[in-house]
Amino acid sequence: MIMAKPKPIEEIINEVKNFRKILIAGCDGCVTVCEAGGLKEVQILASALRIFFKQQGTDMAIDEISLTRQCDRPYVTQLDDKVDQYDAVVSLACGAGVQFLAETYKRKVILPGVNTCFMGVTEERGVWSERCAGCGACVLATTGGICPIARCSKRMANGPCGGSANGKCEVNKEIPCAWQLIYERLEELGQLDRFEHPVDPKDWSPSRDGGPRKIVKEVSQL
Amino acid sequence: MKTLELGADGVLVAGCLEGDCHYQSGNLRAKKRVAHVQQILTSIGFEPARVAMYNLSAGEGPRFAEIVREMTEKIKELGPSPLRAAGAGKEKAA
Repeated sequence: MIMAKPKPIEEIINEVKNFRKILIAGCDGCVTVCEAGGLKEVQILASALRIFFKQQGTDMAIDEISLTRQCDRPYVTQLDDKVDQYDAVVSLACGAGVQFLAETYKRKVILPGVNTCFMGVTEERGVWSERCAGCGACVLATTGGICPIARCSKRMANGPCGGSANGKCEVNKEIPCAWQLIYERLEELGQLDRFEHPVDPKDWSPSRDGGPRKIVKEVSQL
Repeated sequence: MKTLELGADGVLVAGCLEGDCHYQSGNLRAKKRVAHVQQILTSIGFEPARVAMYNLSAGEGPRFAEIVREMTEKIKELGPSPLRAAGAGKEKAA
């Protein structure tokens, strides 16, 4: 799922300070799971903002809502009958959700309340880490199910590099070397011959190098 | 947060003694959350000392009274909540 981190509250205060009626809109999807932008985080942020502005003597109305998903039109339109009441909406959804709200409500100020970080997994409660970079051409079949694009700091197609030491990455000793992990996994699978055939440079055109991407599945279209 | 927002001068969170909770880690999780709330309050310029967590067992009546007196003194020193002065819901304030 998509992982995000709440923005510092000082940044959000700065974004909203000139408005008088705002809506904090969470998303019940990914950002709820990574505890950055679900209903719970909406309530905490709204409460903190109300305390802040009340303390300042500023008359600020702050309402709360969480949408089923902010990246799907039928759910975004749950705001149709509400959005006009507000000067601005702070969306705690990922960047996709923020943009979809902005596209849907063209004349409304839509502000981001989280920093969207990566696609990843819940390692344990409160710990999330990156697994996928959305490169558009998955190589996991040849790398033992461990992604060298998302998990190698240099995104190397043939690793490890000379900076790998004791299984850790030179960028940060806390980061496992993806290519060490790949080697160990391929060894377990009896597929070490993968290293005898270096792969060609990766075609990045299905990734961001090809510009913003779009998927059209004609059979699903109405 | 909600209690403070409604104008309470302070919030005392009472948890079991650490390592001696029927819910095992509930009191430890509460401790982290109280610290998190204090961080949020600090970042919005609201006295974090208005929220405090104490640990005691259900059989420690006199200790509970002592804690409540201690917290009351602390809050008296801080004075009324700035939100009440700013006109937050007085009828709901504790």
